[in-house]
This record gives sequence, C-alpha cells and structure tokens, in this order.
Amino acid sequence: MTIAIQVTVNGQLEALEVEPHESLLGMLRERLDLTGAKEGCNEGECGACVVLLDGRAVNSCLVLAVEANGRAVTTIEGLGHAGALHPLQQAFLEHSAVQCGFCSPGMIMTALGLLNENPTPSEADIRQALSGNLCRCTGYRQIIDAVQAAAAALGAAGQAGRRP
Amino acid sequence: MLRRFEYTQARSVEEALALWQGSPDSRYLAGGTDLIPRARATGRAPARLVDVKAVPELDQVRALPDGGLSIGAAASVARVATAPEVRQRFPVLATCCQALGSYPLRQRATVAGNICNASPCADTAAALLDLDAVVVASGPRGVRRVSIHELFVGPGQTSLERGELVTAIELPAASAGARGQLGRLTRRQGVDIATVAVLVTVLPAGSLRHRVALLSVSPTPMRVAEAENLLDQKGPDGAAEAAAIARAACRPIDDVRGSASYRRDMVGVLLERAVHALAAERGGRGA
Ligand SMILES: Cc1cc2nc3c(=O)[nH]c(=O)nc-3n(C[C@H](O)[C@H](O)[C@H](O)COP(=O)(O)OP(=O)(O)OC[C@H]3O[C@@H](n4cnc5c(N)ncnc54)[C@H](O)[C@@H]3O)c2cc1C
Ligand code: FES
Ligand code: FES
Repeated sequence: MTIAIQVTVNGQLEALEVEPHESLLGMLRERLDLTGAKEGCNEGECGACVVLLDGRAVNSCLVLAVEANGRAVTTIEGLGHAGALHPLQQAFLEHSAVQCGFCSPGMIMTALGLLNENPTPSEADIRQALSGNLCRCTGYRQIIDAVQAAAAALGAAGQAGRRP
Repeated sequence: MLRRFEYTQARSVEEALALWQGSPDSRYLAGGTDLIPRARATGRAPARLVDVKAVPELDQVRALPDGGLSIGAAASVARVATAPEVRQRFPVLATCCQALGSYPLRQRATVAGNICNASPCADTAAALLDLDAVVVASGPRGVRRVSIHELFVGPGQTSLERGELVTAIELPAASAGARGQLGRLTRRQGVDIATVAVLVTVLPAGSLRHRVALLSVSPTPMRVAEAENLLDQKGPDGAAEAAAIARAACRPIDDVRGSASYRRDMVGVLLERAVHALAAERGGRGA
C-alpha cells in the first residue's frame, strides 16, 4: 500500500505516492531524478546522502520518505547553478575541495546545516560536523578550508543563518 | 532492501499505545537510526511502525518544578546536546550526546531511542547512569517510573513491558551541576560507536561524590559502585586503586573493535585519566 505525501523539495511542493519502506534518498533519486545526493553506504556511515530536512542536515538514507511528509527538503540541486553558485559551492571550487565529487553534495549540505545553526564555526566545529562524511580523494584539508571561506563569505554578505 | 511494513503516525500518547496494540508485531519509531539500518541489514522489519515524533508532548525539553529536567522522548540528541538547560545544569549529558554518532545522525537520533535500543555502547546511558535518571513510560497499564539503574537487562533488552512507550527521561535536581570527564576510544572518531568508554562524574556542591560508568565492556552499560566509594574516600589519590576495581568488575568480550583484554586495560587507563582531569579542573577553579 502506498502513502500519499506532500513534500516541499527545493522550494517546490511535490505530491507523491511512496512506499512505506522507501527512503528519502530513494525518493529523491528515483522519483524526482535529483541524483545529487549519493548512496554510498545506505547505513548512515558515509554522509554522501546528506540533505537538509527543515534546515537540518540529515542522512537521507536513514529517513523514510513518509517521514518527510509536510516538511521541506533541500538538496544540492536547490543551492545554486552554473553562473550563480552558492558561496559553499564557489568555495569548494576555489579551494580544490572537489576531486571525484562523489562526497561533495553530502559535504556541502552538511556544512550548510552547520552554518544554518552556527554561522561562525571554529575549525574544530567544522571538523566535528563533517566527521560523518567520508572523502576518499581530497584529504579533507581543502574541504575544511572551503567551509571556513564560505562561512566568512556568507558572514560578509550578511546571509549566514538564512535557511534556504 | 527493507521488507514491507505498515507505517503509522501517532498524534498523542494514547494513540501511539492504541496503534501499537493494533498489530501483533509493532515497534515505536523515533529517529530510526537503529531501527532502519537493522531492518535493512537483517531483511526483517516489524509489521507496523508507530512513529511517535509527531506527538507534541514528546518533543519537549523542560525544567521540572523541583529543579530537575524532563527530556521528551522525541527530542533529538542534537537538540539535547545544545539545549541551554542541559549545557548549563547537566553538562555531562551534553558531553555524552556530542559523542554519539555523527552530526547529521544526531539530528535524528533520540536519547530515548538510544536507551530503548539498550546497546552496551549506548553513549547517553553513561550520563544517565551517572546522573541517576528516571525513565517515564506509558503502557496499557498506566504510567510507570523506572530508574535507569533498572532499565538495562541485557544487550538489546530492557525491563520495559511489551507496548510500553517511553515518554520522557527525567534528570533529578540532585544531579544538577555535576561535572564529568568522558574517556572514549573508537575506531573512527565522530561516527563509530565506542570500543570502550569511561565516564567519571563528580556530583555538585560540597558532596564531591563520584560516579563511574563504563560502556562497551559488559552486556549492558554499567556503574562501578565500589570504585565510586573508593574515590569518595581517597579522591584522586585513589585513582589507581579505583582503576583496578573497575578492571576487575567489567566483563568485556572480543569483537572486531577490540579484544577483551585491550578493553579491560583501557578501562583502567581511561578511568585514571578522567579522575586526574577532573581533579585538575577543580584545582584550576581554585575550589
Ligand atoms: C552510523 C551510525 C553511528 C552510530 N553511532 C552511535 C554512537 O556513537 N553511539 C551510540 O550510542 N549509538 C550510535 N548509533 C546508534 C543509534 O544512532 C542510537 O542508538 C540512537 O540514539 C537511536 O535513537 P533513534 O531515535 O534513532 O532510535 P530508533 O531507531 O527510532 O529506535 C531504537 C529502538 O528503540 C525503540 N524506541 C524508540 N523510541 C522509543 C520510545 N519512546 N519508547 C519505547 N521504545 C522506543 C524502537 O522501537 C527501537 O527498537 C549509531 C547508528 C548509526 C547508524
Ligand atoms: S548513504 Fe547515507 S550515510 Fe552513506
Ligand atoms: S572528492 Fe572524491 S570522495 Fe571526496
């Protein structure tokens, strides 16, 4: 038996019929074709699937699609696009924080969740927040640098803490 | 792949209990961070999940009239870790919440789910044991208050009755202001469960009474009363002796995260370090 849900995804209201056992990650990727969030482990260990649920970073592989009913989901696709990148995306590019890119959507959404909660994080805060996100390419230093730069840029623009 | 199950959502405690009773194989769903991966890994899901996150009263973190604090069963670990009442008055619980899982995981995981899951490594259990928490549960036969010391029965087993719903976890006023030091070893910091952990807490204001909790070294999270008594008598000078007592009291096993003998040794090392760190902190404050 499917369940009718309504979810706001990247600002757009979606009415969907989902299976009870379907994950939010599966719903985003397979029903809405939003393949930015990745399935790395499907068990909460890697962070590749992180999206924002009502502004908070969550592992979408551990959330049931039905649990998103009535709530707002933001994925990497909702942040920016070529020509108008979000400061986090821009900083990831500038700091070479992206190599293969598999971890990047999860890294950026986790960092955004952190900045929503704490617009001026210390390096220790950033390391703590990103410790659940694995990257097999960059060695993490570039990612930490990028998040620090984005926090500064967002702060300067006076828009940190804004929930997209 | 998750087997098919029925998803239901309760809006009140009464509705949650009724929904649970309505199917022969029901489970309450909080953050799902234990339940969902386990159902996937085993291919076995309960027939019915009763989501309790939309029950308004379960979402509250509120001060009790007597100075204690009540933590609603649906409050996330992240919320508890950052709640001002917790950080100021029960910082030991904030510390243990911060140690649990990763940042995104903590946004979903709940303290209630952590203790109902009853893993020997349950991080929040260390703080709840040291602070003498009380678990409030509603069931078909009414409301019960269960001491945290009577909750854990074995790995994955609690003394809760079938269908009982934990509605809140209460921290007593007498534990407010307690300070602690957590020593926790893990394979991957910031995600993995504890290979072994020791929490030493000193109760507030003059009493200087000690509490010692151990994780991942026995079938349930545990306290070591004998080590506590010794520390009460001798203070930091008794650290080595208390460590020996704790090493003897724990019952660790070998697994992928570490051998039993490693765990036993580390119980002693972590306990001594925690006691000295607490003493240094006290000295630093000139108290
Ligand atoms: C990647 C990863 C890392 C983890 N790391 C840690 C860690 O470092 N430390 C740690 O301790 N744990 C860890 N965990 C385990 C888990 O996240 C925690 O135990 C968490 O607190 C469980 O809470 P939950 O709300 O998600 O529980 P759920 O999965 O919703 O429920 C767990 C169990 O408790 C029952 N239950 C839940 N709420 C209630 C209630 N109110 N009344 C009665 N029964 C209830 C459920 O029916 C289920 O049996 C980790 C898990 C993952 C996937
Ligand atoms: S896919 Fe969700 S954490 Fe790895
Ligand atoms: S850039 Fe390849 S995994 Fe991070």
